[in-house]
Amino acid sequence: MAIQQISVFVENKPGRLAEITGHLAEGGVSIRAFSIADTTDFGILRLIVSDTQKAADVLKAAGVAVSITEVVGISIPDVTGSFAHVVKVLADAGENIEYAYAFLTPEEGHAYVIVRVDDNAKASAVLQKNDIQVIDEATIL
Amino acid sequence: MTQNYFDPAIELASRDYLHALQSARLIKMVENCYNNVPFYKKKFDEIGLLPGDIHSIDDITKLPFTVKQDLRDNYPFGLFAVSREKLQRIHASSGTTGKQTVVGYTKHDIDVWAHGAARAIAAAGGKKDDYIHVSYGYGLFTGGLGLHYGAELLGATVIPVSSGNTKRQMQILQDFGSDFLCCTPSYAMYIGESLKEAGIDSSKLPLRAGIFGAEAWSENMRREIEKSLNIKAYDIYGLSEIAGPGVAYECSEQTGMHICEDFFYPEVVDPKTLQPLPDGQYGELVFTCIGKEALPLVRYRTRDITALSHEKCACGRTLVKMLKPKGRSDDMLIIRGVNVFPSQVEHVILSLGMEPNYQIVVDRINNLDVMTVKIEMSESMLSDSVRRVEDQENKLKAAMHDTLGISAKIKLVEPHSLPRSEGKAVRVIDNREI
Repeated sequence: MAIQQISVFVENKPGRLAEITGHLAEGGVSIRAFSIADTTDFGILRLIVSDTQKAADVLKAAGVAVSITEVVGISIPDVTGSFAHVVKVLADAGENIEYAYAFLTPEEGHAYVIVRVDDNAKASAVLQKNDIQVIDEATIL
Repeated sequence: MTQNYFDPAIELASRDYLHALQSARLIKMVENCYNNVPFYKKKFDEIGLLPGDIHSIDDITKLPFTVKQDLRDNYPFGLFAVSREKLQRIHASSGTTGKQTVVGYTKHDIDVWAHGAARAIAAAGGKKDDYIHVSYGYGLFTGGLGLHYGAELLGATVIPVSSGNTKRQMQILQDFGSDFLCCTPSYAMYIGESLKEAGIDSSKLPLRAGIFGAEAWSENMRREIEKSLNIKAYDIYGLSEIAGPGVAYECSEQTGMHICEDFFYPEVVDPKTLQPLPDGQYGELVFTCIGKEALPLVRYRTRDITALSHEKCACGRTLVKMLKPKGRSDDMLIIRGVNVFPSQVEHVILSLGMEPNYQIVVDRINNLDVMTVKIEMSESMLSDSVRRVEDQENKLKAAMHDTLGISAKIKLVEPHSLPRSEGKAVRVIDNREI
């Protein structure tokens, strides 16, 4: 059920992000969602892409440091309070959200949210138990 | 200013007298080496040299050189010429991975060293009724105890503050009324800045002069220290292999440092050909410890690049002067007074299971040395979590501090982004202008 996410180390310097995304475009990899976490000196670009393995190969070949992690994808209705509900369910289950990011979907009236928790399986189970829709890769890609 | 000599019989001696003294001491020292240090016996035998072949200090060029690696190869006590009951103290300086440079002193050697430091304090105007505030680190490092014994021998009052705790340093400067400050020049700068920040007017302090060494510093830095602490700043030279601070020292003229050549005979040689160079020409400084018992190093190559001057000094001293060292001929860096070898940095990185693709960048920012270690990011270090990557940075930082004894900034950079020449990374970029 988990979704593969590729993380890329990006030094904070002009043009670097353009180069990295350029490599992906040249490799025919499509970006479905992304977020950037940054510090003073570097950033970590997190991507959900059409082909994780291919993206990793393309970037490694270009000398970029990458790492693959599994994250949980959730589909939530586009109504007030629905994300608050997700967060509360996870909090009640003792699952800490390290980071999360949302993106638009082709599905009318819904948003997709990626969350990074300690235990994907446990989080997925508790979300589903609370009638929250956990999505798989096929849904996004 | 009126001149103040601690050992006028030596400091003002005629060159002939010094020559005779040095000759007698060299002959005795070579005998000591031959009879008591198997390493030297072997070296002398290899070139067919017998103690009887040395008749005067002019024969010094017949002797073989000693390098730092010889100390490491004979770690820890292999080059000592005296038995354990005669040893009075051990010091050590940070070396490459795990192997420090260990030096030993007899009672006589401690006294020799104290004479050097006492001459330095006196040359800077220090007297018996002065408070000498020592902010060099105390311990295996020779800085603290070196000035401490020198000040005591002079008959002054030592305040052994040691390094760190700047707040307390400032309080002591004010409340005890220290007359002299002894520390690294960068720490002197730091104390000056801290006083200003605390709103303390340095011109109201009794502090009169400072003796600063253990790291390279410029004339510009001297002026800044003098301005910020409202004192006169003097340079002092030393290295633990030879003794510690007090091997050479500045007088009021400040046109070079007078070498205690009655104990430590200096030569300047071409680092490539090892041929002695005339006065005024820059080359590698070499010392022979003619006045010491426990560790009588023969023609020890210091790696410091300097030139000698026998020109008559206006202060009256006849002791030869060495000019401010211009740099070093090996890869050792001196950062905030601490010896740092690139191999130590490499060792830390490897010990944490990381790949040793690194570069050391040293800058001087506001007169303080700042060391940054750039490390190329690798797959094994990367995570999707910023916190986990920062954890690695912090681990590196802590391990660097533990091993090197000074703090370093860590900067993670992209794979293959560090410049390489002929496949090997350029390990050190020293941006300091001294």
